[in-house]
Amino acid sequence: MAKRRLVELAHARSGDKGDLVNIGLITKKPEDYPILVREVTAERVKEHFVGVCKGAVERFELPNLGALNFLLHEALDGGGTVALKADPQGKTYSTALLRMEIEV
Amino acid sequence: MIRIANGQGFWGDSLQAPVEQIRRGPIDYLTLDYLAEVTMSILQKQRARDPQAGYARDFVELIARVLPDLKDRRIRVIANAGGINPMGCRDAVLEAAARQNIKVKVATVTGDDITDRLDQFLKRGIQLKNMDTGEPLSAIQAQVERANVYFGAFPVAEALSQGAEIVITGRVADAALTLAPMIHEFGWKETDWDKLSAGVIAGHAIECGAQVTGGNCQVDWETIPNLADIGYPIVEAEPDGTFCVTKHAGTGGRVTVESVKEQLLYEIGDPAQYITPDCVADFTTVQLDQAGPDRVRFTGIRGRPATNYYKVSASFTAGYKAIGSLVYTWPDAYKKARAADQILRQRLGNLGLRFDAIRTEFLGANACHSIPAGEPTPEIEPHLPEVVLRVGVRSENRAAVERFTREIAPLVLNGPPGVSGLGLGRPRVEEIVAFWPALIPKTEVRPEVAIWPSEG
Repeated sequence: MAKRRLVELAHARSGDKGDLVNIGLITKKPEDYPILVREVTAERVKEHFVGVCKGAVERFELPNLGALNFLLHEALDGGGTVALKADPQGKTYSTALLRMEIEV
Repeated sequence: MIRIANGQGFWGDSLQAPVEQIRRGPIDYLTLDYLAEVTMSILQKQRARDPQAGYARDFVELIARVLPDLKDRRIRVIANAGGINPMGCRDAVLEAAARQNIKVKVATVTGDDITDRLDQFLKRGIQLKNMDTGEPLSAIQAQVERANVYFGAFPVAEALSQGAEIVITGRVADAALTLAPMIHEFGWKETDWDKLSAGVIAGHAIECGAQVTGGNCQVDWETIPNLADIGYPIVEAEPDGTFCVTKHAGTGGRVTVESVKEQLLYEIGDPAQYITPDCVADFTTVQLDQAGPDRVRFTGIRGRPATNYYKVSASFTAGYKAIGSLVYTWPDAYKKARAADQILRQRLGNLGLRFDAIRTEFLGANACHSIPAGEPTPEIEPHLPEVVLRVGVRSENRAAVERFTREIAPLVLNGPPGVSGLGLGRPRVEEIVAFWPALIPKTEVRPEVAIWPSEG
């Protein structure tokens, strides 16, 4: 087992819906999908975004696309027009997730 | 097979993209998405000043520019450019056509605006509860500016079957703009759940414009060719519900399974239950393959019956905000920016100003990635060439926010050294418009389709 950053194995895109951010995490190689499923759990994502995501984290699996979809609730300081953040629509949460270190 | 192009992913997207879509290759339909939630509020403010306004004026200018091409090439246009004044938008388009002596059939799809009916709904026990919090709309009724229903694709398809060459809608679901021509051309029924879901997913793939053709794409981004001339997306749809996403030959960008996957996952919730007015689409059934260069084929899509509700988006005023920025430079850029933040907060406190929220971010240190990025390491921090201090406040009290905006510039002369005001001047006070998502029984509202000039 070795530690790798997610950015080496996956790419991602994030967007907003109210105060919620969704992050789609996609494996670069299909054979790495089980690693993502095992390592990048809702709990780990919640921990990664501690202090940023104030609510629950949900995870959905899309094996057909080699992808996971995460919903981060209460993660945008009130959401798009209300938020005072430099990234009020959560566009950079995708790359923030790719910083995560996982065991491979 | 029909070709459905997207030429606008949001209001403010490239003005040139729809022109290129029309002129650089074959398409049958051009769809243009102008309405983000925030757009409706901007249009509301414009119409308060001018009763003729309230729609996307960019759209009228575009039509004036390309109408002869549209007629020559028999391209039909579907746009939610009507905003809160679809009839005003129609009149402006008909006027632009008349000026060029061109006859064109323009349809409107309306009925989505329920602002004036909210009292009546609430009295009858339709509570329009917030989908996120469960609160009834009555909690904020005095602050409500407008409310619109998201209609589906069938009224748009109806407008096409009546011969419309340009369909102008108010609020419809973004993907409905793409699904509608498939319903019209292929005769899909309201219970063809799998095909409707395929059309919705096709719409989702192209509704954000170039975000599926290599824009904002993380995979090998440096090798994506000619982003300066990026091609916008085109769906090549088949009657059986399969389709390809592609772009015009000779344009820049890239359409790959990877670029498509990123867009499919953009702004979705439970992927197996993507709820739209026309069906519930299942993204876990999509099969993708690279059918050729810049061409991705979608097959296998399944869906389920639509729900009995339309989504409603109500906008309401929610206080005021302002954001100020200053840039601090080496040496000790980050330390100075943090000190300035403390000084600013102390002064705001001394003035007795209270805010619902004060937020400080340090651009160049860790603003966007914040906690997941952590603080700059002790080795890096002293060498940071510059750090932007960005402070925002939010309050119900406009005067407090206004007073805050006067406290940023003085820091250049009476705070830590090596600082510039970024040439931005005093921050602007903005009224906050927030959004209230709710559901309404479909039986309560009815889309209205009309066509001009009338046949007579």
